[in-house]
Formats: sequence, C-alpha cells, structure tokens
Amino acid sequence: MTIANAAAKTMTQTWQTLCTRADLVPYSGVAAWVETPEGPAQVAIFYIPAGPNTSQPAGQAQELYALDHHDPFSNANVIARGIVGDLKGQPVVASPIYKQHFRLEDGQCLEDESVALRTWKVSFKGDEVWIEA
Amino acid sequence: MNTPAKPQLIVIGNGMVGHHLVEQLVEQGATQRYAITVFGEERHLAYDRVHLSEYFSGRDAASLALSTSEYYAEHGIELRLHEAVTAIDRDKGEVITPQGRYAYDRLVLATGSYPFVPPIPGNDREGCLVYRTLEDLDAIRAAAETAATGVVVGGGLLGLEAANALRGLNLDTAVVEFAPRLMPMQVDSEGGELLREKIEALGVQVLTGRATQEIVDGEASRHRMVFQDDKVLETDLIVFSAGIRPRDELARDCGLEIGERSGVVIDDNCLTSDPAILAVGEVALWNNSIFGLVAPGYQMAKVAASTLLEGGETFRGADMSTKLKLMGVDVGAIGDAHGDRTPGARQYRFLDPIKQQYRKLVVSSDGKRVVGAMLVGDNSVYDTLLQYYANRIDLPEDPAALILPAGGEAAPALGPHALPETATICSCHNVTKGDVCASIDAGAVDLGAVKGATKASTGCGGCAALLKNLVDHELESRGVEIDKSICEHFAHTRQELYDIVRVEGIKTFSELVNKHGHGLGCDICKPAVASILASCFNEPITDAAHIPLQDTNDTFMANMQKNGTYSVVPRVPGGEITPEKLMVLGQVAQKYALYTKVTGGQRIDLFGARLEDLPAIWGELIEAGFETGHAYGKSLRTVKSCVGSTWCRYGVQDSVGMAIQLEHRYKGLRAPHKIKFAVSGCTRECAEAQSKDIGVIATENGWNLYVCGNGGMRPRHAELFATDLNDEQLYRIIDRFLMFYIRTADRLQRTSVWRENLEGGLDYLKQVILEDSLGIGEELDRQMQAVIDTYECEWANAISDPEKLKRFRSFVNDARPDPDIIYTTERGQLRPA
Repeated sequence: MTIANAAAKTMTQTWQTLCTRADLVPYSGVAAWVETPEGPAQVAIFYIPAGPNTSQPAGQAQELYALDHHDPFSNANVIARGIVGDLKGQPVVASPIYKQHFRLEDGQCLEDESVALRTWKVSFKGDEVWIEA
Repeated sequence: MNTPAKPQLIVIGNGMVGHHLVEQLVEQGATQRYAITVFGEERHLAYDRVHLSEYFSGRDAASLALSTSEYYAEHGIELRLHEAVTAIDRDKGEVITPQGRYAYDRLVLATGSYPFVPPIPGNDREGCLVYRTLEDLDAIRAAAETAATGVVVGGGLLGLEAANALRGLNLDTAVVEFAPRLMPMQVDSEGGELLREKIEALGVQVLTGRATQEIVDGEASRHRMVFQDDKVLETDLIVFSAGIRPRDELARDCGLEIGERSGVVIDDNCLTSDPAILAVGEVALWNNSIFGLVAPGYQMAKVAASTLLEGGETFRGADMSTKLKLMGVDVGAIGDAHGDRTPGARQYRFLDPIKQQYRKLVVSSDGKRVVGAMLVGDNSVYDTLLQYYANRIDLPEDPAALILPAGGEAAPALGPHALPETATICSCHNVTKGDVCASIDAGAVDLGAVKGATKASTGCGGCAALLKNLVDHELESRGVEIDKSICEHFAHTRQELYDIVRVEGIKTFSELVNKHGHGLGCDICKPAVASILASCFNEPITDAAHIPLQDTNDTFMANMQKNGTYSVVPRVPGGEITPEKLMVLGQVAQKYALYTKVTGGQRIDLFGARLEDLPAIWGELIEAGFETGHAYGKSLRTVKSCVGSTWCRYGVQDSVGMAIQLEHRYKGLRAPHKIKFAVSGCTRECAEAQSKDIGVIATENGWNLYVCGNGGMRPRHAELFATDLNDEQLYRIIDRFLMFYIRTADRLQRTSVWRENLEGGLDYLKQVILEDSLGIGEELDRQMQAVIDTYECEWANAISDPEKLKRFRSFVNDARPDPDIIYTTERGQLRPA
C-alpha cells in the first residue's frame, strides 16, 4: 500500500491551503475544490474533533480526512454529504445515495472490496486546513 | 470420461419436469452411477413455463431459463437440444433421432404435453396458433403485429393467461369457452360469474357456452368463427388453449401401456409397463390421472430419480390445490372445491358483490375438516385454508369465520406454530415444516440460508410469506437471540432509546452516546436518534448539535436525487393552492431550471435544484408565503383531500377544511417513518383515505377515523378506529395515536407494519388510545401539544442564519457549481443526462 501510494505520488504534489476550521462541520463533511497536478479534484473533507468531551473513539487521534467527493456507485459528487460514523471502531462515511460505507482512513468500501475512494493527506496548521495534492 | 461400464441413462424431454429430474439425479448422486444424456426438442434449455406470459411483459428467454448449459457440463451430462427423439427401439434398447441412434439402459420419458386443438374445420388456418412454448409466443407476437383483434379458444387457466398475453400485445381480446363459465375446473357458477365480471372489466370479451363449429374467411377481419347457434365472431388471430394432452406418441409407437384415452401408465415408482423405462410429468398417467401442474411433476421427478437408484421412494398422488393471479384476479381452488367428491360435504359461501370477492368453504359431513375451498377475487385466506386442508387440522367452532371478512374480529389466521411437522410449506419442492426446522437445526440462521438448504419458496414462490413467518417463528422459539439493538453503538432498541431520552431529558446525540452507548454512531443510529430528539424537543434539525445526525435529505431539507441534486416540495396544505401561489411555483421553477411534476400527495415537486441554489429558491418561496413541506423528512407528509361539501354534490363535510386543519396541526412532527393522511368528504372516498396512515372519512354526523393503512409495496387497508367524531374528538384521538406510534414503533416502521406487529392488535390499540388503559393519555396529549406549539418552518429558520447557510456552498473554497451535473431535455423539461 505505502509503496504504491508513494509511486503514484508525483513530484509536483504540494501542500496547499483549503479553508479554515470554521468552514468545517464537526462530525460531518464539506466539499472542496482542489487543483492537483493531474487536474481539478472534488474532495470531501471530514472533521472528527478529538479531545475531551468528544465522541472520538479511544486511541483515535486523526481529526481530518480527505476523500474523493465522487461516489463511484451513483456517479454523483456527494460523498461529503454522507453521514459520518464508525463501524467496529473504524471511522466511515455512508454514501448518501446508496448507503455504501467508505473507510475514512483509506477510502476502502466495506461492501465491495474492489472499490476504494482516493484519499489525500490533510491536516490543520493552526486553524487552517491544508491538503497535500 | 465415462467408463464403459457405466450404464446409459437417457432422458427425453427438457421441460420443467425433465430439468427437475436432472437436478434430482445430480442431487441424489446418479451421475456417479449413470452416463446421462438429455434430449430436448426445443432450441432452448428448460425454462419456466409457469411464468411464460412474462415473456411478453419484458422477460427474455434467458431470464426464464431454469439452468445453464454449464450446469449440465459441470455434472458431465450430455445435453442435446433441438434434437427430437422420433422413435424408441425397445428391442435394441435405442432411441432414434434424425441425427442418429443412441443406446440406453434406462430411459425416462419427460415429453410433457401439447396443447389440444379442437377438431374444428379451419383450425389450421394461418394465424391459428397455440400457447405453450417460447416459439409459440414468438409466433403469436409476430402474428399480432398485423392484427387488431385476437380470440382465445378456451377459458381455463392457460386460456386466460393467453388472453392476458394478447391484451398485452394491444389486441382487442375475446375468450371463447365451451363450458357455461370460465375456469370450469376450478370455480362454480357463482365464482365463474364473478370471474367473468372481473375479466370483462379488464376489457376482455367473454363468451361462454360457445362451441365453435368452423373457422372461415372473415369479412372485416382475417377469420370468422361460426358458433353452434350460427352466431359469428370475427378476429385476426386465434389462440387455442383448450387443455393439454400427453405427448405419448413415442410410448404408443413402441408398445408401452397407454391409458384408456391417453397418457403413459406408470406405477408408484414412475415405472412404465417396461421396467427399463420410466415416465414423469404431464405425459405420465398415475392412477388414471394426468397431473397438469408443476408441483406433482417435480414430485414424480424426485421419485423417478430415486427409482433409478433403487431408493424406494413412491409417488402417492398430489394435491391439485392451486392459487393463481390471472390478469390481476385472484383465483384459488383447494381440494374438493366443488364439494361433489365428498359424500355429505357441506358448504359455506360468502359473496361480496361490492368488493367482488367470492369464497366457498367445503367441510366434511361432521363439520370438523376442510375438504375443499374456492376463492375468486381475493386469495388472502388461501394459505390458511390450505393448511387446514392439507394437514387435516380441526376446524374452529365456527368454520364460517375462516371465510368471512375480518371486520371487527381478527380472522383466526393459522400461525406457523399451529402447523404439524408434516405440514407442506412448499409444494413445488415438497418441503415440510419439519424440513425447514431441520435446516435451521443444521445451522441455517436466516431466510436466505433456509431457502438455499431446502429450496423452499424457490419454485412458484407462492409460499414465500408463510416460509418467512415460519423461519422467524422457529428462530425465535429456538432462542436465537434476534438482536434487537438498533446498531453496534447502542445495546438498546429504538423504543428504549426513546424512553431514555424522555426520562433523562437528554437533548443531544453526544450526551446520549456518551452515557448509554459508545463510538461515533453511524448512519443507522444517528438519524434514529435525531428523529427521537425532534419528536421530543422539536429543536431545529439544522442546529449545530443535530446537523451531523441527519440524513442528507434532512441536512439540506430537500430530497436528494440520483445525480446529487435535490427536489423541493413546498407545503400545499390539503392540496389547496391559490392561482397566485401556483404562479410563484412556476416562476421559481423557470428561474432555477427545475423539472416540475405533480405528486401523489397533491402538491408540486421541483426537481434538479442544485445544493447552492436551495437557499435562494426557498427565499423566494417563503417570500410568497410557502412553508417547507417536509417531503424529505420522516414526518408528516401531506393530508390529501377531495373537494368535499364545499363543491361536491355528494360531500357531507368540508374535507378540504379538515385536511388543512390536520396538516397545520401535525406539520413538522417527526416520527419513526413518514406519515400520510387523507380526508374524504363522503363515503365515496375519493381521497383514498383508507390507504393512509391516518384516514378520515366524513359521515352525516362527523368523521370516521381509519388508521394504519398503507399504499406502496405492501398495500394495507386502514382499519376503522372510531366513528362519528366531532373535530375536537378527532384531533385528540389522532394526537394520542401518533404519539403512541412515535413512542413504540421501531425505526423506519410505518404505522401499518407497527400495527401488524403490535401485540394485542387493534383491540389493544383501541384500549390504549380510546379508553386510556395505560393511563398515559394526558401525557401523550401534552407531548403532542408541545410539538405543535414549537413548530417553526425549518427553511425559514435556516435562511435567517448565515452559519446554517454556509452548509449550502457547493465547495467551501470555491463558488463554482458542480460542473459534473449535466442535463438533457425530455418532453420539454430537463432531466439528468
């Protein structure tokens, strides 16, 4: 996995700023428009706040996830509008159209192992959201 | 591959029974023992003749096929299709086809039957066809292309199917039956009359008691049929479907014993007069009977396979009870349906001329057992009656209750627990209750597994409901923990979560999951909890604490369509709308390029709204006085109404006024599932209130209330709950009814299913709601009043809050609309490309 990702990554991928924390919706997703070396991409950004008084499962530190906004089952750009949750402790989003679950960490579809959404690295720098694309 | 020592087994015929025989041979291990060759005269591999008429309604040959050539190859069975056997040489032990001679050690005749064509002069004219094979259907279709009218000769089961097929080909269709009524084998004269009315109402002309004398050239049409009374009928196309005859010519020619009229005589082991040769299916004559149904044929196939392996199974005759839906008309016949084969039999008869239902129950002379039954127009009691019949179950004290409409009392339906182990559940595959139980004991844990293990309900499918009931019942009685937890995040049912929320006053999902669950939640529990919170506290669903819980439709307060756009449905209470508001809808639709369609709930749906346009669209709608319609919510949808006493000559109350009152009273109420109402202004029931969760029908004295109806996938008639109510009484009862539903139903459970699963049934519900047997009436009143008092249009709330509107951006960092949403036009409007 790691090797494949590394190989796919082009030298020109760079970190770029997307939006601020205030643009995000806790425990849910928003869509962002990202220019990448391969062309524009629609990206779903999910925000699961960590820390005290949150619902973050124990040992779960990652707060931000970036997945393809495009739902391969319906061919519509809707993934950011799905319900976020976890199944057996793994954070997932359910497609709002046909309800397949995609693992936030690596985009893997839990109902169809041949399908995975593309993912990007994303993180906070202060209150800004940055993505490597 | 085959060792020379293996004896040769030849099967002639690859119809439904011939194929079932092959399956049985494979299952019983005969492929180890024999080298098997199957001859089929048709080009097609065995297909489902029971559902043949679907060939005209969209199913193709492939989807009707019962198997694949791979299956045959996989089991080393040689399949020779399109190769008709022309003779059997018993002396040499060979079958002969135009392609060659093939030696057999054992031979099975599964040649089936052919449609009987009455010996009428002119019956061989062009355009005179039969209805039996896919090729026949192709011929009918081809002939229909140049025909305007069609006649089916024969008003039995197959004849009516053929008539339906002709109707489906847009021919003006008539059925000509020799007997004085339709389906003379299955129904009596009363039932036949009802059946005729129903078939005629579908636009098919029915001529009974007509013997065709000859068919000659027509004047206006291709053919003219001349009847015994010299009356004539002209038509372009004639399909003969006047019964079947065994295809016993091969057996006759080689000297096997044939019945008095026809059919290859077999014994209980399916052996013919030559012990090397067996016969199964419609060619076989057992005990002087031909069995023209698939289930007995399957049983013979099983017995024949067993005989070939010295298994010792025997055929002991078969129940010819049958349940059909012909042109949408239910017909059922069980056992001695005419009551003329049972000495001293007594009959109960019930005829409902309005609903057009006829039921006859034939009981033994001592009144203890069902010996037969006949149903026309409604087969809902068929399964129960069949179980009484087949399992010789003692009749209830008043047998009439079995065929009388439920009315106030629930019909004594026969639950799966009441059946003996020997009860046949699936007659196609001869699966008993005992077999089902055994498969569960052997590890089948759900319906699918039971079907896989037993094949039950994989034939005609008529037993599907019974099988499911049985499996559920058996699983539960085995203490298979049917885990009713809502999902992995809460070890509670929806009802329990509702009580927790109420009792502890919990107002957010995070508080609930922290105290009573774990994890982040999921797409099951989050919307369910969101609904509970809204039912209890009615805070705006778009508030920050609630927004991540909602399904996308609630999140964006519109209905997501398949291309990711939304449809918008403003509330139109009671379906009443001013011309001015109607024009606003038109203007908004035009401005935002929305596809418009009138809904079944008497309002207007605007499709294709882009996420980022929703706030602007709603700004204009609210400006014009519209409110959100909650078409996206599990909540009150619409209150449909007829025009009522204000305009209608027959109306006795103001149904529109009441519909508007009710819609305003309950709008925004969130519930386990959507809720639909209707109000009719008189008993003519033009608003179809009896198909709604809440149906109100005007009487001279006030309102009758019906509850728990449903349309859709599983239609259910609403039940009369209370009569002659005044307005205040009506509101109070509905208040309590809805709150009790909200409190006790499962997630996504409509009132109809809730009611069916409610222990104690309608009587219990009446006690709780009308008599306040639980003493919760006032509490329910208060809870409903709180929801009514806190109503606020969600869209008005959202567009006044810039934070909430941020959610409607196409992209958080870019204002461009989603470029992938592409439209084309159809019938003058947009649709997704």
